[in-house]
Amino acid sequence: MRRHMHGFGGRFKPEANLVTLAQLKSGQSATVVDIQGGRRMTDRLNALGIIPGKKITKTSAMLMRGPVTIEIDRVEVAIGFGMANKVMVKPDRVP
Amino acid sequence: MTRILLMGNPNVGKSALFSRLTGVQAMVSNYPGTTISYTRGHMKLGEETAEVIDAPGTYTLEPTSEAEEIARKLLDSGDIVINVVNAINLERNLYLTLQLLERGIPTVVALNLWDDTKHRGVDIDLEKLEKALGVPVIPTVAVTGQGVKELAENIPRATSPPHPPTTRDQRWVTIGKIIEQVQQIRHRHHTWRERLEDASVKPVSGGFIAIAILAASFFVVRFIGEGLINYVLDPLFNTLWAPVLSWLSNLMGGTGFLHDIVIGKLIDGEVDLVQSFGLLSSGLFVPFGMVLPYIISFYFVLGILEDTGYLPRLAVLMDTIMHRLGLHGYAIIPNLLGLGCNVPAILATRILESKRERFIAATLISIAVPCAALQAMIFGLVGARGIGYVAIVYGTLFIVWIILGIILNHTVKGFSPELLIEIPPYRFPPWRTVGQKLWFRTYGFLAEAIPIILGAILVINVLYILGVFDAIANFTAPVVTGLLGLPKEAVTALVIGFLRKDVALGMLAPLALSSGQLVVGSVVLAMLFPCIATFVVMFRELRWLNMLKAVGVMIVAALVTGGILNLIL
Repeated sequence: MRRHMHGFGGRFKPEANLVTLAQLKSGQSATVVDIQGGRRMTDRLNALGIIPGKKITKTSAMLMRGPVTIEIDRVEVAIGFGMANKVMVKPDRVP
Repeated sequence: MTRILLMGNPNVGKSALFSRLTGVQAMVSNYPGTTISYTRGHMKLGEETAEVIDAPGTYTLEPTSEAEEIARKLLDSGDIVINVVNAINLERNLYLTLQLLERGIPTVVALNLWDDTKHRGVDIDLEKLEKALGVPVIPTVAVTGQGVKELAENIPRATSPPHPPTTRDQRWVTIGKIIEQVQQIRHRHHTWRERLEDASVKPVSGGFIAIAILAASFFVVRFIGEGLINYVLDPLFNTLWAPVLSWLSNLMGGTGFLHDIVIGKLIDGEVDLVQSFGLLSSGLFVPFGMVLPYIISFYFVLGILEDTGYLPRLAVLMDTIMHRLGLHGYAIIPNLLGLGCNVPAILATRILESKRERFIAATLISIAVPCAALQAMIFGLVGARGIGYVAIVYGTLFIVWIILGIILNHTVKGFSPELLIEIPPYRFPPWRTVGQKLWFRTYGFLAEAIPIILGAILVINVLYILGVFDAIANFTAPVVTGLLGLPKEAVTALVIGFLRKDVALGMLAPLALSSGQLVVGSVVLAMLFPCIATFVVMFRELRWLNMLKAVGVMIVAALVTGGILNLIL
């Protein structure tokens, strides 16, 4: 029964090489794996094409929990820190 | 009449295309969310005339903001859709395209920003794309007009091929397949422009760039504004208009009812363009001689900032600060627009997602963001006492903006969503757009402000003669004199502030105020009641209850701030 306590839409199982978008290093490319937010947040990210399976590159991050900027399909998108913290990505292996 | 809708993602050039198709000027900028309402125009469609509507940009038909909601509602009323698509970013843009096709409305696709595809390394097979979507696809470059004629010719070919409604995931799968067939991406090196783009959203370099751009903007606004005043408008009024007024004043006997209304009161036996307060003296000099120069300079600089694509980057930099005010970074855009005029600024809060944010932003703008007309008067009148006093006025309003925002953030219920915006590439501002926008906005100022200014001056004089102001002044003396330290006559200015802030500040000029009093008067005037135009738009956007709340906050904030300033100065 305990596992049902974790409510909010499929809690994420920790996997070795996954990080949040906020944790990803600037300049690194990654693939979106999961979005751990509510319906509203998923909707807004979906509108901008940020969906599981999408390749992105992190451009920069502001200080003090500021927004994260990523490049997705040749377009720059800025994502608030809290939201970026809920987007799980799998970093590309650095050659 | 056939109704054609221009639909597409934000910032793909719908408004530019609209202007090309209809010849009607629509506001064009390089940031998502420029169009927050819709503009209507007409074009020839064969023999008949069709109505064309420029809808606000939207990413999906499941709206996430007010502006997107407007777009979705418009769709129900359209006969044909021109789906404007960003050719650089087919992947995301096609999502809306598929949704539109599922609705079964005849559609033609304008593949805009086509000229960018070459140097961005994007190859699109047009024929395959047409086949995959089942509708005509026309490459266009709205800014230059390329392809617009072909687009117009192809509107009658708009069709609605069968696309059964499907799920979100399935749409993305379909898009993936289409992209695989029609699009190829060539690898290419970063250009200097992209390096600059990256630098402006990095913490340290971005901060420096922001400070440099804002400082430069301020100095250019001031330089052009003062230049126009000192070298064009002051000489014009002083050498040409003042003698005419003197002559007319003599002719009318220098006093009397009609003289006071038309020419105004003589100051030391002379007509004073600022202080006399007649229809032909202050009534013309305030709007044309003092405010217009700053309207021109402010909107010129704002237009350039809008068209380069810098503003969304400023939003990214400001995000952390704006969160403390219960907003996110993008709210900086309506606030900046408010420095021009509060009316479009409050309309622009529609780009924010939640009611809470819109309430906070509209309240902050109406209280702590002075419009260009008022600022011009502050520079003119307060600036004459020393630039330090102007700094006190701005500093106070800025502190109020911050503190009030923090208070509202802690007291207004609900939550504010996070920033999520597309950042457009930098673009060299098209001078045609900059010029058109400047003309559009300057004309808008003249058309709306002049009648109200003249009306306000007429009302002021009549009320003055009837002694109504004396009654109000005596009634409010405890607050105005006791709390704010202003002479009781200053209340007339605060009352007239409801009509026009620039005229109202002008009314403080003949009162022989000390510099400190002038600062208090300017700040209270800026914060207290928004002008009637702002009032109307706030009512429309916020509705009664929130409007009343905003007004309550406004009165308290203005009196507290004025009282504190009075104690300090």
